Amino acid sequence: MALFQISEPDQSPLPHAKRRAVGIDLGTTNSLVATVRDGVAVVLCDDAGRPLVPSVVRYGEHATEVGYDALAHAADDPHDTIASAKRLMGRGLADVASGQRRAYRFVDGEGVIRMATRSGAKTPIEVSAEILKTLRARAEASLGGALDGAVVTVPAYFDDAQRQATKDAATLAGVPVVRLLNEPTAAAIAYGLDNAAEGTYAVFDLGGGTFDISILRLTRGVFEVLATNGDSALGGDDFDHAIVDWARDESRLPALSAVDARRLLARAREAKELLTQHDAAPLIVSFADGARLELTLSRETFGRLTHALVAKTLVPVSRALRDAKLTASDIKGVVLVGGATRMPQIRHAVAACFGQAPLTNLDPDEVVALGAAIQANKLVGNRDGDDWLLLDVIPLSLGIETMGGLVEKIVPRNSTIPVVRAQDFTTFKDGQAAMALHVLQGEREKVSDCRSLARFELRGIPPMTAGAARIRVSFDVDADGLLSVSAREQTTGVEASIAVKPSYGLTDAEIARMLQDSFAHATDDAAARTLAETRVEAQRMVTATESALAADAALLAPQERNAIDHALAEVQRRLEGDDRDALSAAVSALNAASEGFAAKRMDRSVAQALAGKRVDAFDSR
Amino acid sequence: MIDFSRSHFDLLGLRPGFRIDAEALERAYRDLQRRVHPDNFARASDAQKRLALQASARANEAYRTLRDPVARAEYVLALRGVDAASETDTRLPVEFLTRQLERREAAEEAKDAHDDRALGALIDDVRREAAEARDEVARLLDASDPATPMRVREWRFLVKLADDLDALRDAQI
Repeated sequence: MALFQISEPDQSPLPHAKRRAVGIDLGTTNSLVATVRDGVAVVLCDDAGRPLVPSVVRYGEHATEVGYDALAHAADDPHDTIASAKRLMGRGLADVASGQRRAYRFVDGEGVIRMATRSGAKTPIEVSAEILKTLRARAEASLGGALDGAVVTVPAYFDDAQRQATKDAATLAGVPVVRLLNEPTAAAIAYGLDNAAEGTYAVFDLGGGTFDISILRLTRGVFEVLATNGDSALGGDDFDHAIVDWARDESRLPALSAVDARRLLARAREAKELLTQHDAAPLIVSFADGARLELTLSRETFGRLTHALVAKTLVPVSRALRDAKLTASDIKGVVLVGGATRMPQIRHAVAACFGQAPLTNLDPDEVVALGAAIQANKLVGNRDGDDWLLLDVIPLSLGIETMGGLVEKIVPRNSTIPVVRAQDFTTFKDGQAAMALHVLQGEREKVSDCRSLARFELRGIPPMTAGAARIRVSFDVDADGLLSVSAREQTTGVEASIAVKPSYGLTDAEIARMLQDSFAHATDDAAARTLAETRVEAQRMVTATESALAADAALLAPQERNAIDHALAEVQRRLEGDDRDALSAAVSALNAASEGFAAKRMDRSVAQALAGKRVDAFDSR
Repeated sequence: MIDFSRSHFDLLGLRPGFRIDAEALERAYRDLQRRVHPDNFARASDAQKRLALQASARANEAYRTLRDPVARAEYVLALRGVDAASETDTRLPVEFLTRQLERREAAEEAKDAHDDRALGALIDDVRREAAEARDEVARLLDASDPATPMRVREWRFLVKLADDLDALRDAQI
């Protein structure tokens, strides 16, 4: 395991040195990593020139394999070769359809899903982290050093639990995430910047296991998501399973072993892909006992088998259009994203729905990673001056359980993020001293129909008559679409808050333990790792403060400047030593000392925006 | 730090009032977000990041409120110290409520009878009345008429009803 590289403290990196930034598309079936090189976004390939990493992890006898090596064993080593882990992210065992339960050896229990493997019980988060580690290694080898920032994409319709799980996987893999970005929005960046497009566009993104539809308006370099919708459990995988079910019916197959089921599934996927180019495809499977299955699947039959699946994608489309207060005729272009949109029946359905042929001039497998790379390049500061801006939304409403098992929505779906929204609640009984808060996400009215994100309690409410207390519950959704909730009794100031750690996620302690475990196998010890991380953070803080001082020192009174200089010098002094705690304390002190400075700079930014200083023009690169 | 005591209009550099230039609002909002959005501070200090988050959320709140005509009318009233939208004052004229309940029933019947034309006509009716309410609210606000809050509540009710009926119609398709 490589450590983050740190330059000598007195040789801080030049402010204009290019920082290593990547975009990562962590897909259900395939994953990719891309970067911006000489102003052009490119996907990074392996030694064999292959851009994709199959999202498959095999916990082998001697080593953990990822990608094509793991995929090769999907059929002969089914229980220890995990594919499509993304479909299990942020989910509990109860969410897994009974038909899928045979695929792996799921471990019974509450909370996050675990699968038994040779290397012990693994969560989908750990499986995803293996894929991310592979992508990180590829990027570091290609860019020649540790990454400065990564944008990792998620389906727009992912809920808070699924987003948090993705971020946790990146943490485990040592990927420095600067932003979680919605996949259709990433595609829109790659597409919009390439075409200097203006107007309202739809992005139809059917991946291996998830479906998103986003409606975006592009105006003078602002990408504004008007509405998003989708189905986080619908994708190309389901089309493979439709073929499998058909084959079972056609040839009255007996119950298949896990090995045989995987073989049939692999052949079904090949048949599906063949049907993109051909009118018919053979489906030939040799089973372990020597039996042989031989069928021919016509495009017409495939269309009939998957008619309901195709129709299922059109429901979110009409919901998204309605939420955006638009009709299909308002859409200037439809961008197709995701390998599954290669299927002719999907293209026909999209064309019929929008009354125009979809745009397909970018590779649907690569466009998300390319857009993420372009955004990462901007976020790490490799571009100067004014640029494009992304305004994204949360896909699903957030709320609180109230009396009678009903959900009171606090942040409605399609609210532009970041968003802070508060609502007051009151007590139900005289002298009620505590209030249990149950945070939910979804559109339905009943608690049982929404996804439970977290529960927490506000305690120490002073005795009051029922209905007298004023408990203000505040929901903060950040630019990654991640929620934190706080509650405060208004008259007394009693407070409780949590960063929402979902019911189906890992606790901070679990993540820390997993990180420790992974280091137990590496030569570097965990203490060195945390010192290295603190140094990266300290260096970042030093650079940020120095560049802020260089730009806006005039905003500071002499004593403020003095305090910042002093705190800055302390961080730099501690950077030379190897006392992690002292360095960490110095960084906190610098953060505190520069708080007022940060506020003044923000104020000035707002004032400048109001002064009508505008940048209408924006270049596409 | 962004001054949270400033009004949404002030924050976006607009003259306070119900009648606003929608394009100027959009432009001001985008310009503000270009300055304060957290994407501009991905590598800044934690303090700066936190401020960017708050400022950007505040800009979103201002834009959301001023863009939606009903919310904007309520906000203009609130700036004048009149609470039109509160949970404590939900009064509406009985005859108004009765009429809307009848409409809701008629819509349910039309849906059950698969009479899409009747449902469509009903929705058009409600939308037209909502538009009338909007024009009237604009006049009432200009005149600081005490009848404004009641009319705003009716307006909000009509807009919500039209949206509900739209959803009903969609569910049928």
